[in-house]
Amino acid sequence: MNRAVMRVSRIRVGRLLQDKLHVFWMQICLVLVFILPFILVAGMLYKSLLLIEAQPLTELLFSKTWKPMAGRFGFYTFIISSVWVTILALLIAGPICLLTAIHLTQYAKRWVLRVMHPIIDILAGIPSVIYGVWGILVVVPFIGNYLGPFFGKSVSGYSILAGAIVLAIMIIPFILNILIEIFKNIPPELSEASMSLGAGKWQTIKLVQVKKALPGIVSAFGLGMSRAFGETIAVLMVVGNVAQIPKGLFQPGYPLPALIANNYGEMLSIPMYDSALMLAALILFVVVLIFNFASRLIIVKSEKQLA
Amino acid sequence: MIQKKEFEEKFFRVLMFFSTLIIAAALIFIIFSVLYKGLPSISWEMLTQVPEGGFYFGREGGILNAIVGSLYLSTGATVMSFLVGLPLALYMNVHLVRYGKLVNTIRFILDLLWGVPSIVYGAFGFAVMTYFGIRVSLLAGTITVTLFVIPIMVRAMDEILKSVPVGLLESSLSLGSTRAETAYKVFFRQCLPGLSTAVLLSFGRAIGDAASILFTAGFTDYIPTSPDQPVATLPLSIFFQLSSPIPQVQERAYASAVVLVIIILVTSILSRMFSHRYQKNKINF
Repeated sequence: MNRAVMRVSRIRVGRLLQDKLHVFWMQICLVLVFILPFILVAGMLYKSLLLIEAQPLTELLFSKTWKPMAGRFGFYTFIISSVWVTILALLIAGPICLLTAIHLTQYAKRWVLRVMHPIIDILAGIPSVIYGVWGILVVVPFIGNYLGPFFGKSVSGYSILAGAIVLAIMIIPFILNILIEIFKNIPPELSEASMSLGAGKWQTIKLVQVKKALPGIVSAFGLGMSRAFGETIAVLMVVGNVAQIPKGLFQPGYPLPALIANNYGEMLSIPMYDSALMLAALILFVVVLIFNFASRLIIVKSEKQLA
Repeated sequence: MIQKKEFEEKFFRVLMFFSTLIIAAALIFIIFSVLYKGLPSISWEMLTQVPEGGFYFGREGGILNAIVGSLYLSTGATVMSFLVGLPLALYMNVHLVRYGKLVNTIRFILDLLWGVPSIVYGAFGFAVMTYFGIRVSLLAGTITVTLFVIPIMVRAMDEILKSVPVGLLESSLSLGSTRAETAYKVFFRQCLPGLSTAVLLSFGRAIGDAASILFTAGFTDYIPTSPDQPVATLPLSIFFQLSSPIPQVQERAYASAVVLVIIILVTSILSRMFSHRYQKNKINF
């Protein structure tokens, strides 16, 4: 009798122990993910403090002089380049995504959606370096040989515009996926009510669906922008990397991520420079975080409203 | 009045049709132009040799170091993020299923982390490495990529596990299994196709990312034999070769791009096949 009881209890203990161990490891993973953002911020802040203490933050952000050897670090040029590229990319990608999302969710036949899904997935999966290669192969020569001369300018093609076009295509799948989700989640009763009152299909889409989806659309664009803001390799390859404030679309620029990628690692001998590049990474992180935070908050809020 | 309305709809329908077409065309155009430029210069020697003496001046050798290095690095990163990601995703959907607020907070944090640019991970990783005096290596690169891939993998798995009906959880628990058994023996099996897709997605992200390994993995002409050696990777190999002024080296960059594109496409097709094949074994409700 005792033997049987012991066996049962041993199995029980083993299983419970197993359960405890699994939960322990799961909780470690959870804590890891929870503290990761704080570690990131703390690490970057710690490194960039050296520079922040030496120069006031306003001067760092709004000064145009970038002379690392003289110890003068003004990020304005790079920030402006980043803003230019990002906004242009959104201007190109935004309308295309919105129109496609409406087409795919309202008008298109089922097979179109079935074909477009893998296309969007693959587009999202292509590495940024491949986009960069494509940019060098196609976009840069196109701007240099055709678009530039068409506007009467002789340009190399390595420009803000090239960066923006490549970025636009990179963020399209990202924005489009969110938009399709949002349009799918609009309750059909709304459209039915609108149509039963005599509105046409297009009127319903324009005045009911898009209006209802507006917070979602805004946040999808916000997320797309933050994606574009931090994209590094593809932009770096086509944007020209000249540290000047771009005066036109065809001029080269030098966005923040490119600055980090080009200089980090070699400049460790100058602690100030090291600190400056870490600050650049911190600026990127904070900007992207704010954009993400705001956009996700809008999505969560509007989801609650719908539900 | 009515005519104007109809015209507006027609006009926008044409616009919509064309924007959909643009997206489809963009993908075909990108893949076609990379293949067109790269395929002629691809050769067997290139795929099976490491760089020789005059490689960076356009002479013999290949990119085997980068191909193998990339596979090492992204396989390592995928395995490591799987070890952290799967338990976390299961924990969120099996153990914490009654704490909706907490789970939503975790999702929120993961989404934020997903948005962090990989260059930030790269710069951070390098800063940590210099602080502790670690040199560029396969292990350092793998860990950096793991950090960057974890949020992607967990969120992808979470989306799948979220769809498991509560009834399955309840019936498993009511039969006396522990939560961990429910997680690994029921949820894991039920979601196997979706989870394998998530793993392949993460693998694709890991192999394609260049910014996070720019400072952490280094670059070398040899295939690493231990984790503390530097490692070459395909994206960086493409990037470096393309910035060379020598045409032959540039040609090779295009050929390397073809290799990377093919790896990505194969991963993508595989993940689609997985999710179709295992669909049959799934319990339907």
